[in-house]
Amino acid sequence: MFSAETLAVIFVGLMGLSIFLYAILDGYDLGVGILLPLENQQQSDNMIASIGPFWDANETWLVLAIGVLLIAFPSAHSFILKELYIPVAVLLIALILRGVAFDFRMKAAFSHRPTWDKAFKVGSLLAALSQGYMLGMYIMGFEYSWQSTAFSLLSAVGVAAAYSYIGACWLVMKSEGELQKKATKWARKAGRFSFLGVLAVSVVNPLINASVYERWFSLPNMILLLPMPAFCFVLFLIVDRLLKRMPFQDDVSCWIPFVGAIMIFFLCFNGLAFSFFPDIVPGKITIWQAAAAPASLSFILWGALVVIPCILAYTCYSYRVFWGKTKELKYY
Amino acid sequence: MLDTLILSRIQFAANISFHILFPAITIALGWFLFYFKLRFNLSGDPIWMRAYRFWVKVFALTFAIGVVTGITMSFQFGTNWPGYMETVGNIAGPLLGYEVLTAFFLEATFLGIMLFGINRVPAKIHTLATFIVALGTSISAFWILSLNSWMHTPAGYEMIDGVAHVTSWLEVIFNPSFPYRFSHMMVASGLTASFLIAGISAYRILRGDAKRAPKLTLKTALTVACVLGPLQMIIGDMHGLNTLEHQPQKVAAMEGVWQTEKNVPLLLFAIPDEAAKKNHFELKIPNMASLILTHKIDGEIKGLNEFEGNHPPVAPVFWGFRIMVGLGLLMIFVAWFSRIKLWKSEHLSPWNLKVLFAMSFSGWVATLAGWYVTEIGRQPELVTGILTVKDAATDIAPANVGLSLSLYLIVYAILMVAYLHTVFLMARGAVEIEEVSYEEVRKSNMQHENSDEVNHV
Repeated sequence: MFSAETLAVIFVGLMGLSIFLYAILDGYDLGVGILLPLENQQQSDNMIASIGPFWDANETWLVLAIGVLLIAFPSAHSFILKELYIPVAVLLIALILRGVAFDFRMKAAFSHRPTWDKAFKVGSLLAALSQGYMLGMYIMGFEYSWQSTAFSLLSAVGVAAAYSYIGACWLVMKSEGELQKKATKWARKAGRFSFLGVLAVSVVNPLINASVYERWFSLPNMILLLPMPAFCFVLFLIVDRLLKRMPFQDDVSCWIPFVGAIMIFFLCFNGLAFSFFPDIVPGKITIWQAAAAPASLSFILWGALVVIPCILAYTCYSYRVFWGKTKELKYY
Repeated sequence: MLDTLILSRIQFAANISFHILFPAITIALGWFLFYFKLRFNLSGDPIWMRAYRFWVKVFALTFAIGVVTGITMSFQFGTNWPGYMETVGNIAGPLLGYEVLTAFFLEATFLGIMLFGINRVPAKIHTLATFIVALGTSISAFWILSLNSWMHTPAGYEMIDGVAHVTSWLEVIFNPSFPYRFSHMMVASGLTASFLIAGISAYRILRGDAKRAPKLTLKTALTVACVLGPLQMIIGDMHGLNTLEHQPQKVAAMEGVWQTEKNVPLLLFAIPDEAAKKNHFELKIPNMASLILTHKIDGEIKGLNEFEGNHPPVAPVFWGFRIMVGLGLLMIFVAWFSRIKLWKSEHLSPWNLKVLFAMSFSGWVATLAGWYVTEIGRQPELVTGILTVKDAATDIAPANVGLSLSLYLIVYAILMVAYLHTVFLMARGAVEIEEVSYEEVRKSNMQHENSDEVNHV
């Protein structure tokens, strides 16, 4: 049906979609976890209630992303995961901690709740940090030097800040009263950190990768691409100004910061994708070198074309069911 | 010093063993919940909703641990077994991909509605969500068992330059051992969940819970166990015959048969000695193994001598098999005994309840023993006739694997303690709550009459 070349492009697109959706969706719930105020039980409960029905499905996008990498680009999967062995182990342990803490905090003995809350917060933070670290190592082409470690650590903090940002914006949308005010403050603070992070990565990335520099700063690319970082900056600014004046009467436009954050994520994601395409491992392996057999890719593609729209549809349905301000999370 | 291969094997075994415990409960518990919900919808008796509400919490907790421990699996293929994906990735990849696409998203999304949406969606949609979650867990089992079975009995492929390519997807998915392994696992999950429900219900009654709910769930679970127990024996027998056809060395290890011979006895007890190639302290029933495996008294069974240097380690397979079968027989006996008692007198004696309580997690032991038989039984190969375990292993530093393994073991130990502790804590909590009130009955009758509207109130 499709040629091997086209299939590789389709699958890298599919993987990109999964990673992007993962970053937004699990991004906000990891962010909520990072922001968890351990001293305030009521607010912690409300915050966790706002992500309760979603976190499990959100995390599934990571499984799909890693699954697509495994299915479509098996040799890149082996290469990347071998290089990132320890951060991956940390990420997995962190996700385990966070996932179970969510259930245990409600069901275990009441006196244990603060402990599980701590596990939830630490797990969320560790997951975000390890993902950021992996992103940094990926951008650096898995090079081992002090510069690359320093950059990866910077990227780790950047991703944790970005997740806190989108998490806080989520809370601005889903909460009210005191918690909403608090979330507005968090969002502004995290927004500034995220902006610095995006700026740092955008400056360092072309400086260390000659080919990336070439791609961004040659004419006419430079002029064509300029709106992207400019728009990103404007978005950060608009969201920040808006947050400063929030909340408005009847809570109008409480959803704008969250949508703004999604757009920022989208722009950054595209920026990164543009920097490296068609390499699946920067400077080492292209998507065409790593692609699996066309027969296998076609087999899964037809299923994916049918199933992914269904997944998106019922995901939207689930968000509609739990639309509006989160009250209390209760079984039954 | 342990090398990377053995550490990777221990890590994989630890991860998959810990993981399977939780799906083994949720696959069937999902269907139990659907049944409870359906009974409530049909009868309007709030007692079924009580049963649902208690077990849905156990389900949520178990499911969460299953999900997060499952995520580690999809990473491990790359981190520890790169040779696996490089050789059979064209087959394993799509099967795993379909599991994610058709099962994981489905169960994860509708779980949210099932757990937290009961007051936000119409009653019918909530019942549908419960059904979809149960279906999702079963679909997930379908794909993963298809892949696992393919590793034991590969079909529908050809090898080109050392890489497996598919010739027929139907033959890949429905490979020779798949129907047996899939039904064996589904029924195993049914038994695991039944004994868990029976055990926890017995625990509640022992703690003085005089309400109707635990009695009802006890009865339901025992009835299911009475049906599934014997059924599992039949499926197990068929599965064994299939294994004899495709992996005779595994059966030889299961039965402790060293030399090919006729009139093979069934060994109830023995200590296999791999160095001397014989068993010590045999306790046997003459001709029985021949009869079971070939359905003839003088049937010939191939011995381990025919697979010199290429058969699995005998003792763990031999013992795993005996633990599984022994426990299975005990479960059948206890289920039937208790169910008949319950039928005759409506009450179980305290010691009978205690036995059921003690067997709450017997399904876990039997399931693990069974998996050890089948997975150790395929050693030294990873995919029969295609790839050995050794050739699939990673070449990263043993220190890294040692570190990740230690982290996993610590986390798993904590989780296991917390899980068991919490399940029994929830059971004790349920003892304290009030019996279904008049108010609840009235409300549920109203709901029952115009079920779609009242639920929103």
